[in-house]
Amino acid sequence: MSAITTASSTASTRAARRPSPLVRLVLTEAKLSLREWIAPVWGIGLPLILLVVFGSIGALHQPTASLGGRPLMYLYVPVVILMGAALICLVASTGTLTAYRERGVLRRFGTTPAGATRLLAAELIVNLAMVLIMAAVIVVIARLKYSVPLPTQFAGFILTLLLAVMALMGIGLCIASVAKTSRVVQGLGALCFYPMMFFSGLWLPIPQMSPALQHISHATPLGAAVTAMADTLGGTFPPLLYLGILVGWAVATCLLARRLFRWE
Amino acid sequence: MSVIEVEHLSKAYGSTVAVDDISFCVQEGEIFGILGPNGAGKTTTVECMEGLRAQDSGSVRILALDPHADRDELTQVLGVQLQESALPDKLYVSEALDLYSSFYRDPADWRALVKTLGLDAKTGTMFKKLSGGQKQRLSIALALVGNPKVAVLDELTTGLDPEARRDTWDLISGIRDRGVTIVLVTHFMEEAEHLCDRVALVDSGRIVALDTPAALAESIHAGMTLRFLAPATFDPALLSALPDVTSVVRRGDTVTVTGNGNVLAAVTTVLARHEIEPRQLRVEQATLEDAFLALTGRHGNKEG
Repeated sequence: MSAITTASSTASTRAARRPSPLVRLVLTEAKLSLREWIAPVWGIGLPLILLVVFGSIGALHQPTASLGGRPLMYLYVPVVILMGAALICLVASTGTLTAYRERGVLRRFGTTPAGATRLLAAELIVNLAMVLIMAAVIVVIARLKYSVPLPTQFAGFILTLLLAVMALMGIGLCIASVAKTSRVVQGLGALCFYPMMFFSGLWLPIPQMSPALQHISHATPLGAAVTAMADTLGGTFPPLLYLGILVGWAVATCLLARRLFRWE
Repeated sequence: MSVIEVEHLSKAYGSTVAVDDISFCVQEGEIFGILGPNGAGKTTTVECMEGLRAQDSGSVRILALDPHADRDELTQVLGVQLQESALPDKLYVSEALDLYSSFYRDPADWRALVKTLGLDAKTGTMFKKLSGGQKQRLSIALALVGNPKVAVLDELTTGLDPEARRDTWDLISGIRDRGVTIVLVTHFMEEAEHLCDRVALVDSGRIVALDTPAALAESIHAGMTLRFLAPATFDPALLSALPDVTSVVRRGDTVTVTGNGNVLAAVTTVLARHEIEPRQLRVEQATLEDAFLALTGRHGNKEG
């Protein structure tokens, strides 16, 4: 044991140069996420495949009256980006967090100086990074291959994406709070995923829905996000109404998750 | 000053009382055992100490720190090994140790630590590929990686084979020798007897006895039992007349003598005087397990 005591003093001189616990946690969570491969493959691969599928449909490149003369591809780019975000934040991440809770990982972190909250923060940062990478891949390929303009209203694009991720994480954490096992969480995640994707216009673009359905779509997080993001592709800042809806969803679900979330 | 002060701690889950007015103090450098049957409230007690659970009433101070109010400071000096806690499956052992080291101001050198624990060959292995015993040893390493002043170890050697268990006991003794105060939650009598300076016997949320393992054993069986084989010519009356002897029973060749603490000296002196050789002489003293049985009316788990 004397070896440990002497070695600890050299460790403390090293401490000054060490990265902070949060940075270490983010790097570790990122590595684990890549090793689990579900989030990167689903969250980046699936949107990419869908982009190519939609891109190959000629009708989506025709000017559309309901979209102010722009082709429907302008809407499908945000749709596939938000689908990727939903897969990363809602499906993959809630599964990981529930498994952490089930297996006592969160409890164990709760007894270290880092704390379990910091682990959640690291998970959020990793998800955000993955969503940003995925979004970058999609908009670049959409520009190069399908001539969809880049989100020149960059601030509006990033803001919309950020708020959408917060809302999705909030919903995911709420699901993880009410469900006991990872299996139930996955089921509930899918149950939320499909309706949310419907209202984002994955199957039927929002402008082609009936007026009632359009209203409902705009009130859902992904419907609002798609509509807001489509504007940024044209270079305009998204209407505050849609950003407000996203803020509402993000705040409400995160506060609810904060109340409901169980650490064990 | 006591390193740990637990006063009138109580905690109920709904209508089930898990901890019912528990108080104890632990001195610096002591190995303090919390022993009791499953569901006695041992884990809830230490969870209140670790800040994982809020007590209904009473107080906990570790190095004068409150587990909730002084959480940031306490976690720096308190090492914790939880019963049944896992790491992410695909985390490598070295990554886990690196990560946990980074949380502490003055971490131990984990390479030396894993060497002591016999895990140095496994640092390049993923958590899910470790055996039960290796996971347990990693969990001990993670509890000690922050160079804690106090360590709370819950079911330390569960899942270890007898040899690994002995090694772990040696390790714990070694850590105590460095001045670390240790709280050991266990249901192994042998472990408590071997390691602990003092033991709190917990049953149904209450401390039913608190003393050194030897004193606990003695408290319920003031006496001693001798057993030996004697020749047919041996007369039991020789011994039953002795003041230190309470009973003598002869069954075949076997003589069983019970008496107080002096019975061994008294009996051997008399036998020597009469030139009787007590063959296969065995002395039996009450053990911690006897105390446990007497005080809780339950069987402890000797093998685990």
